[in-house]
Amino acid sequence: MASLIHCPHCGIRPKEEFTVRGDASLVRPEPDASDEAWHEYVHIRANPRGRTREHWQHLYGCRRFLVVERDTVTHEVYSVTDGAAAARGGSR
Amino acid sequence: MRYSAFALVKQALQGNRGWTPAWREPQPKPHYDVIIVGGGGHGLATAYYLAKEFGVKNIAVLEKGYLGSGNVGRNTTIVRSNYLLPGNEPFYEFSLKLWEGLEQDLNYNVMLSQRGIINLFHNDADRDAHIRRGNAMWMEGVPAEMLDRETLKKMMPFLNFDHARFPIMGGLLQKRAGTARHDAVAWGFARGADRHGVDLIQHCEVTGIRRENGVVVGVETSRGFIGCGKLGLAAAGNTSVVGQMAGLKLPIESHVLQAFVTEGLKPCIDHVITYGAGHFYISQSDKGGLVFGAEIDGFSSYAQRGGLATVEHVMEEGVTMIPGLSRVRVLRSWGGVMDMSMDGSPIISRTDIDNLYLNCGWCYGGFKATPASGFCFAHLIAKGETHPAARFLRLDRFERGYPIDEHGAGPQPNLH
Repeated sequence: MASLIHCPHCGIRPKEEFTVRGDASLVRPEPDASDEAWHEYVHIRANPRGRTREHWQHLYGCRRFLVVERDTVTHEVYSVTDGAAAARGGSR
Repeated sequence: MRYSAFALVKQALQGNRGWTPAWREPQPKPHYDVIIVGGGGHGLATAYYLAKEFGVKNIAVLEKGYLGSGNVGRNTTIVRSNYLLPGNEPFYEFSLKLWEGLEQDLNYNVMLSQRGIINLFHNDADRDAHIRRGNAMWMEGVPAEMLDRETLKKMMPFLNFDHARFPIMGGLLQKRAGTARHDAVAWGFARGADRHGVDLIQHCEVTGIRRENGVVVGVETSRGFIGCGKLGLAAAGNTSVVGQMAGLKLPIESHVLQAFVTEGLKPCIDHVITYGAGHFYISQSDKGGLVFGAEIDGFSSYAQRGGLATVEHVMEEGVTMIPGLSRVRVLRSWGGVMDMSMDGSPIISRTDIDNLYLNCGWCYGGFKATPASGFCFAHLIAKGETHPAARFLRLDRFERGYPIDEHGAGPQPNLH
């Protein structure tokens, strides 16, 4: 894994300041969604070999949730964007 | 060729020119009754027990690299059955019982050394949790012993008993636990399977799973199509990749775990010892090197290598537990890809596809399970019924709401 992560708010920071939540493509179902939808959200993971997008949190920095796009084989990091901005469809 | 003291003497007198290869290198046949994907410990054990215990003929194991090139040769070799939960403990105890007879069964020296494992604890709540775990083991008929601080001081004076944050108050001992020579386990099962007629096909990567009318009929491989009656997946860290070929949606994330070995020392650590602060575990190999490891790196990965930050973290844990470790040089470190499940427990299960069977989710605890995993998976494939020891390890436990969450961490693989 790359040792440094470029936080859009704090600049280049050591990876150890961040925690990983997991797959950013999952969307939390509505409260009254089916058991199957909740099962897929809570338990099922695409677990791609290669390019992936994940939610990371800059826990020991700005505490913002971020979307990190990286490769699970080469460990190259392609981009880091703010999570809320990514959810709104933009990036900063 | 059967291995024995007599064979050793006979070969020695003949200049060791008569040894034969431990297994054949067969060409793949067009069709097998059962194909196992993955020539690691679990896949080889499955093939061995399928042939020996369940009388299945015409089996192949397909391995994309060489036999035992994955996690079976990358772990810290610990064998134990000191689990808490009812879904896990009987399964791992079944495994330990198989370990105890494995060398005779395989006619292969896997160097099982039942030196005992000690889980240290550091505060009152931690002690209570260990007493509970010990009692849970006794409930399943597995002996466990509580050791107090004074006993431990005599047994292992090198530990850091008076650390300000993690003083050592005692430990839970399972005497029958220990270590085994991990490569020998793979080789022993491979040789045993081969002797029962299993085709071990190396450098044969599965690239697709062919289905007709919904049923699996064979696999596309780098060496062409191979037909099969039943297909068993034992692909460990690459389970999701192989599973996707059959459209399986799995509760698995692949993570990297590192392990380390130091220069050889005279015998100094007699047991397997685990630290309650963090997840550090250490033992001494027969060559004298200290073998140790700790947590996974924490991010999903298919690379068989980890990061330096985790290396530093593991060393810090080790030196905190055994200050003398700071004087020892580390020779090597390596990484393996763990198939982390969403509850931290394994899956031995049928799937929605009738003749497709799944063995995965071993997290970083698969080595100790190797014999039972193979036995139970073979039982499932041969008989179509779950083995009693593995009855809680079904894939559908997640959607039914029966996870086996030994650590109580919730569905977050990087926290197990």
